[in-house]
Amino acid sequence: MSDIPTDCKYAATHEWARLEEDGSVTVGISDFAQNSLGDVVYVELPEEGQEVLSGDEAGVVESVKAASDIYAPLSGTVIAVNEALEDEPEKVNQDPYRDGWFFKITPNDEADLTDLLDAEAYQEVCDAEEH
Amino acid sequence: MPFVPHTQADVDTMLTAIGVEDINALFDEIPVHLTNGNLDQVPAGKSELAMMQLLSERAAADDGYTCFMGAGSYDHHIPAAVWDLTSRGEFMTAYTPYQAEASQGTLQLIYEYQSMMAALTGMEVSNASVYDGASGMAEAMLMALRANKKNKSGQVLVATTVHPHYTDASRNIVRNQGIEILPMAMNQDGVVDLNSLPQDLAPAAVVIQQPNFFGRLEAVDRLTNWAHERKALVIAVVNPMTLAVLKPPGEWGDEGADIVCGDGQPMGVPMASGGPSFGFTCCKQGLVRQMPGRIIGRTQDLDGQTGYTLTLQAREQHIRRGKATSNICTNQGLLVTAGTIFMSLLGPQGLREVATQSHVNAMQLQQALLALPGVESVFEGPHFHEFAIRLPISARKVISAMLARGILPGLCLADFTVDQIDAADRVLLVAVTEKRTPSQIEGYVAALADVLQQGES
Repeated sequence: MSDIPTDCKYAATHEWARLEEDGSVTVGISDFAQNSLGDVVYVELPEEGQEVLSGDEAGVVESVKAASDIYAPLSGTVIAVNEALEDEPEKVNQDPYRDGWFFKITPNDEADLTDLLDAEAYQEVCDAEEH
Repeated sequence: MPFVPHTQADVDTMLTAIGVEDINALFDEIPVHLTNGNLDQVPAGKSELAMMQLLSERAAADDGYTCFMGAGSYDHHIPAAVWDLTSRGEFMTAYTPYQAEASQGTLQLIYEYQSMMAALTGMEVSNASVYDGASGMAEAMLMALRANKKNKSGQVLVATTVHPHYTDASRNIVRNQGIEILPMAMNQDGVVDLNSLPQDLAPAAVVIQQPNFFGRLEAVDRLTNWAHERKALVIAVVNPMTLAVLKPPGEWGDEGADIVCGDGQPMGVPMASGGPSFGFTCCKQGLVRQMPGRIIGRTQDLDGQTGYTLTLQAREQHIRRGKATSNICTNQGLLVTAGTIFMSLLGPQGLREVATQSHVNAMQLQQALLALPGVESVFEGPHFHEFAIRLPISARKVISAMLARGILPGLCLADFTVDQIDAADRVLLVAVTEKRTPSQIEGYVAALADVLQQGES
């Protein structure tokens, strides 16, 4: 069973988004995603200042066997990227919801988060994909 | 892993197993109006004997001339061992031998090749090769644009002293990707004009060839620094044979070139009327994920033994599809094999000797030709093993007359799209390698003197 914390919202494409106290939104990939990918060897992150629309390609996560696009779960401006991933991409596997975060955005509208899946709904997405 | 074609018996067995009478039945779903039918224009096949006779005649027509032509393809000596080994079945007919479990020999050879090219160019990484120098230059441009994300210009500056065929090929390849190739003008000395560098442009990359198309040596340090000052990546197009004596691109300017490419033909690949050969691509470590083509890596297996494998495959088509670093997913394995054996046999010392002798021979011929009445030097300044001379009569006529005397004297510059050269139809681009003996060099001078004396003959 993969870990699906309830303090995050989820996209059907396996990104999580967490609204922080300062109004920014942190984005990463779910435990289900990191497990499916296998050992992550490289992460291509967006640039600080880059504007993204919900559903836009915002990066690439590369494992030993696949390379997958990362999609922005909501629209906003990138204000920080997790530079630690350059030397330690394995953090994505080890700690996908904390140390393995990808980037933070200032959302255009916090309300957009309601368009995303909650933990329960995301669990159903994972169950459907499991077979 | 050897490649063995099917026999008719094999085919019949398979067809029976799937319940199909004839192979053509498997293509039934193609609409009839899209099929080519019987290809009537293709002549009937010939027997092996008849084919050998026909092709021997054709080959003989190109044979028997002493070669003083260059412009990207050079007549260097290839030791017999190179093709003796390269022609072995394990290399010659192996089919896509890149599976780590079946092709450690091939993978190790390519790894050695990559190591040699990186050392020769002074760069940190090399790929397993691309098709040739020209398409390699295009791939280098695409790579530079991907890597230089902060630059939004979509422009690449290419010196007009770069081989025109390379620039034409690159233009064809990058044109539909929204990339604009802009020229850096040359001066009357046949090198990039440092006084008219386009100061108002901020291109993503700058392409410099060394030696350039005319055999001249560019001010690579100044050009590299100029490009880096404007945050452009530097793409160096080089002749690998010259790197034994010229400063490698990794040492150009303060930071070195970012990407190095070129054609490996001088290293053990016969001229063969223009092909095939191999292109090499080398770069700084930080750019490796943008490099196209295969890359072989060295690793350890479960028992701790050294092994070789394809690596960084997430750049390639079979994983990234349309987002791969290139639509080309192959390399020139056989020519790379020849090139690697060639480099091993010659070693740094041998390469140095070939390069030096080529240069010395070229300078000797140039000097002797310039002493002939009416023959002028086109460009002043250091040359490597190629130079342009202006004749008092049509270069094409001179070429015909020299061919009749068994000498391929060079190429007429009017056959290339190069700008700002006066009377290009009287200009000959001449190349000399270590293979040209003193008597062949003297023979050229005597023959040209004779041709010129006879006037319009």
